[in-house]
Amino acid sequence: MPKVKVKKQSVSLDMTAMCDVAFLLLTFFMLTAKFRPQEAAPVVTPSSVSDTQLPESDMIVITVSKDNRIFLGTDAQPVRDGMLEKIGSKYGIQFTQDEKQAFRTSDQFGVPVANLKQLLALPVADRNKPGLQTGIPCDTNRNELGDWVLFARMYNPKLKIAVKGDNVTEYKTVSQIIAALQAQNINQFNLITSMEKRPAEIKK
Amino acid sequence: MAEISSSDGGGKKGGKVRSKKMSTKIDMTPMVDLGFLLITFFMLTTTLQKPKTMQLNMPDQNDKKETTPVKLSESITITPGENGRLYWYQGISTDPNCKVEETNYSAKGLRQVLLEKKATIGERFSIVLKPMKKSTHKNTVDILDEFAITGCDRYGITGIAPADEALIKKFEAANPK
Repeated sequence: MPKVKVKKQSVSLDMTAMCDVAFLLLTFFMLTAKFRPQEAAPVVTPSSVSDTQLPESDMIVITVSKDNRIFLGTDAQPVRDGMLEKIGSKYGIQFTQDEKQAFRTSDQFGVPVANLKQLLALPVADRNKPGLQTGIPCDTNRNELGDWVLFARMYNPKLKIAVKGDNVTEYKTVSQIIAALQAQNINQFNLITSMEKRPAEIKK
Repeated sequence: MAEISSSDGGGKKGGKVRSKKMSTKIDMTPMVDLGFLLITFFMLTTTLQKPKTMQLNMPDQNDKKETTPVKLSESITITPGENGRLYWYQGISTDPNCKVEETNYSAKGLRQVLLEKKATIGERFSIVLKPMKKSTHKNTVDILDEFAITGCDRYGITGIAPADEALIKKFEAANPK
């Protein structure tokens, strides 16, 4: 009887295809990645059924943290340059070239103008330490937020206002912001929310 | 494992000197590992979902002309209170007959109230939203969201007046949670 030869199957697998796919995906994610800007205060936004996308440019984002501190951020660097210059001349503060550079590259800040120099002197990693950024004052006798927005809009009148509030932010703070901006005749606001499914039974 | 095969040509030159055949197969496992590691990193750090926004239009304060009177019978006032409580009443808070009712944020609460009122009052149904000082941003957004869901687009947001607050306080005292 001839022996039945079991054909030896190769255990090695051709990984080339898998490798190709892996690197294709890698390239895709690398090119589309937009890093989360570091936030001074983590904010969990309330959810809504609204599905309007937030415009990517020409925005001023006013963030209100859990403990009602107000932060301001804009995406455009020329606007930030202009804002700082105007604020400096209004509040009588001279900013050095280094400080201007530091301000240009920072996304978000939340300190009174008087403490801005001190904040910009710190290295970027240290700026978000708790207790350092106390929020931009925004009440009737000290409306710095209004000034920042006013000066920003001088450089780019198309700027829209987005308010990003946390779930537990007090409405009082949000209404203060709205009142401060309505004084400048800004009547349209975007409240940043996260996505929620529209209930099925009531369709618009 | 992973391999790249290529032709094993050559090696016959001279006939006698046999060069040792080097394997052209490369173990690609580490490379694939690295690839997937990076993919994971980029997948986790990237923000694919962009934030959504809810438009909020406030009335122009300089424009006093465009005010239309609203009948009290056609409007309700909604006030989000503390600790997730929610009140609404029809009419004006200084009226002694004004009856505050409590509802909640669920689909069976405020949404039903709005739908009911909208059905009975019709087109001219309007809402005044008066958040209290201690209301949270979430409360306000949730109510605005209910307006969007039920299609109520005649609404306004104002600060709460002392009379309204007193009315709510009275109701809270009578109906503790």
